[in-house]
Amino acid sequence: MTQQETPVRKIPVACTLNGQQTEFLAAPYQSLLEALREVVGLTGTKEGCNDGNCGACTVSLDGRIVDSCLVLAAEVDGRQVDTIEGMAPPHGLHPLQQAFLEEAALQCGICTPGFLVAARALLEREPHPDEHRIRLWLAGNLCRCTGYDKIVRAVQSAANKTT
Amino acid sequence: MHPFTYVAPRTLDEAVAVLEQHGERARPFAGGTDVLVQLRGGRFDLDAIVDLKGVPEATALDLNGSLRIGAAVPCYRIYEDSAVAAAFPGLIDAASLIGGIQIQSRASLGGNLCNASPSADGICPLIVHSTVAVVQGPQGERRLPVEEFCTAPGANVLGRGELLVALEVPAPEKGFGAAYQRFIPRNEMDIAVAGVASALTLSEDRATIASGRIALAAVGPTPLFAAKASAFLAGKPATPETFAEAGEIASTEAAPIGDMRGTAEHRIELVKVLTRRTLAIALERAQSNR
Repeated sequence: MTQQETPVRKIPVACTLNGQQTEFLAAPYQSLLEALREVVGLTGTKEGCNDGNCGACTVSLDGRIVDSCLVLAAEVDGRQVDTIEGMAPPHGLHPLQQAFLEEAALQCGICTPGFLVAARALLEREPHPDEHRIRLWLAGNLCRCTGYDKIVRAVQSAANKTT
Repeated sequence: MHPFTYVAPRTLDEAVAVLEQHGERARPFAGGTDVLVQLRGGRFDLDAIVDLKGVPEATALDLNGSLRIGAAVPCYRIYEDSAVAAAFPGLIDAASLIGGIQIQSRASLGGNLCNASPSADGICPLIVHSTVAVVQGPQGERRLPVEEFCTAPGANVLGRGELLVALEVPAPEKGFGAAYQRFIPRNEMDIAVAGVASALTLSEDRATIASGRIALAAVGPTPLFAAKASAFLAGKPATPETFAEAGEIASTEAAPIGDMRGTAEHRIELVKVLTRRTLAIALERAQSNR
């Protein structure tokens, strides 16, 4: 059997995904992004560049934001993964999601889940960041539609509504 | 992308054994922010990825006067450690500058060194801190100065079965200060057009430079230790005139190319400016480091 024909053994992964214990099988070369979208079926996390430049695939891994395209699915065994699907409460929206709607902080929407997950991580650490801090924190998320001003305003608006 | 297996060793010996078995068909893996991108880009194929994040020596961050940074320690752990940040602001300049927050959650200074990019932000600050790279391989451990680690763009000294375990940064002497700056046309998330790290140690009189080190990024095939400019600083007064002259000398040691990020002439000028500026910041830090 040549190397190419060798079947790659899949790796069992058990993690806490959006608060739920979740188990799935991933190929060893599969990214967390691919596994989330194609194995688990959570397509809220978007693929933009697939090389760590755009942040569209941002998820939280043990409380830290990462580009899920640059994480191997096999690495998250035993860890906590939080995606956009876990952001809203059962009824209604997260304050950041509401603020993005009110401030029209999205157009095509592909970058939005990544911005929301990243912005949530910022507000959890720093409830009242200034504009400079917001722009710095979100520098790893690219948007080609809005020009960023509305996104920054939405994050400020959500921050102002929390005490 | 060629399919590869994922290996997560728990000890250095296991990691070395897998790397030795596969040779160039295996790579150590920390944050994946370079290696996964290069794999997808078809730069090389691998049969195995060896995740070092389960190896204690590669994930420890130990401050005990000197600082030992495991090769797989991500940037955020360095700048969020308040004791490390207070003692090594010159390293924090780089750790908080590489990529955005997502990248800093994963990328390590060890990986930055192994990736051996001429424009790496993390390497020059390590050079001016006189950092030692600790390498483990089939023949055991060897140690070398960081400035000898990179051999060409994307190439390093690691042989078959070898991996970078940790970076050992000496304890800053009294009167030591260091800083790193780069020039990019954007505010964040960019690759340096040029970068300079500087360090100096003040004499007892606190006005004379006892010794200094300068290193240059993105102006040669590897990050460069500017030996002449560094030697020039010894015994000179810590003044803007000295810093400007050091910048002139450093610019003669730079060997830049022109590319889409900037012309060679632009890079030469940047070396002069960034040398002056980083020496001035290093001086401020040295003065507060009594």
